[in-house]
Amino acid sequence: MKAIVTVTLKRGVLDPQGQAVAGGLKSLGFDEVRGVRVGKHIEVELGGDGAQARERVTEMCKKLLANPVIEDFSVRLEGEGA
Amino acid sequence: MKFGVVVFPGSNCDHDCYYAASHAAGAEACFLWHKDRDLKGSDVIILPGGFSYGDYLRSGAMARFSPIMEEVIAFANRGGPVIGICNGFQILTESGLLPGALMRNKHLKFLCRDVFLRAEQDAGRTPFTRNVEKGRVLRMPIAHNDGCYFAEPHLLDRLEGEGQVIFRYVNAAGEITEIGNPNGSLHAIAGITNEKRNVVGLMPHPDRCAEELLGNHDGALLFQGVVP
Repeated sequence: MKAIVTVTLKRGVLDPQGQAVAGGLKSLGFDEVRGVRVGKHIEVELGGDGAQARERVTEMCKKLLANPVIEDFSVRLEGEGA
Repeated sequence: MKFGVVVFPGSNCDHDCYYAASHAAGAEACFLWHKDRDLKGSDVIILPGGFSYGDYLRSGAMARFSPIMEEVIAFANRGGPVIGICNGFQILTESGLLPGALMRNKHLKFLCRDVFLRAEQDAGRTPFTRNVEKGRVLRMPIAHNDGCYFAEPHLLDRLEGEGQVIFRYVNAAGEITEIGNPNGSLHAIAGITNEKRNVVGLMPHPDRCAEELLGNHDGALLFQGVVP
């Protein structure tokens, strides 16, 4: 089974990378861009059934994959709708 | 008096810290390998700068799971003095020994230059600042990509209220200015301590300015302060 973890900076936490990317997009003529947030995409291969895997990966996020002081995370199991 | 300098894969200021402890502070010093669990009778622990574990995932995130860190955390919880410099500060926040987090520098650049710090608390507030009176301005080098200190507003209030902000970035005259705060740290925070005041973390490098021959020995004060 594959779990897909998305880690992003919390809302309200300054994201200078996102701001720089937004500036770059605007300078390329994408004037409609209102904002960009840059995050991380982590794929975890693991055993176990769906519910158990979700619980374990959530635990992994809390302990290592995300820093709860500055980051939010979401977990999606492959095969589930995005 | 014995300093234990932890060596992680990717630490690159371990020898500077060893030198500062043994020469500037005139104490005994030893290296502590990250896979070991023995603190070798150290009275003070230094987490040095560098790029532990290649800064994978987040700076300092992997290092905290090293076997030696379990012992360092237990040592700190018993009240033992611990200082984390640069990457060591990042490891201290990631391991929960210090509050908050260190994020990408505001202007996204790796910064390598001298900065000025102002001591924010009375001398003796922490074991490392016994020789640094409140208001004193020190010059120290920084060398980091992720040094922008962040904490939630309620936590910042608590840090300020409890006198846990040890150093702030200032200009040469000791004033807080935007230019004087190189990485965009909230409240211009350069260094903090924990509630028990035995753990200190700072982004600037006292280890790189602990020798008069190098033109600056302001950093020696921190190493000397902890030696009785």
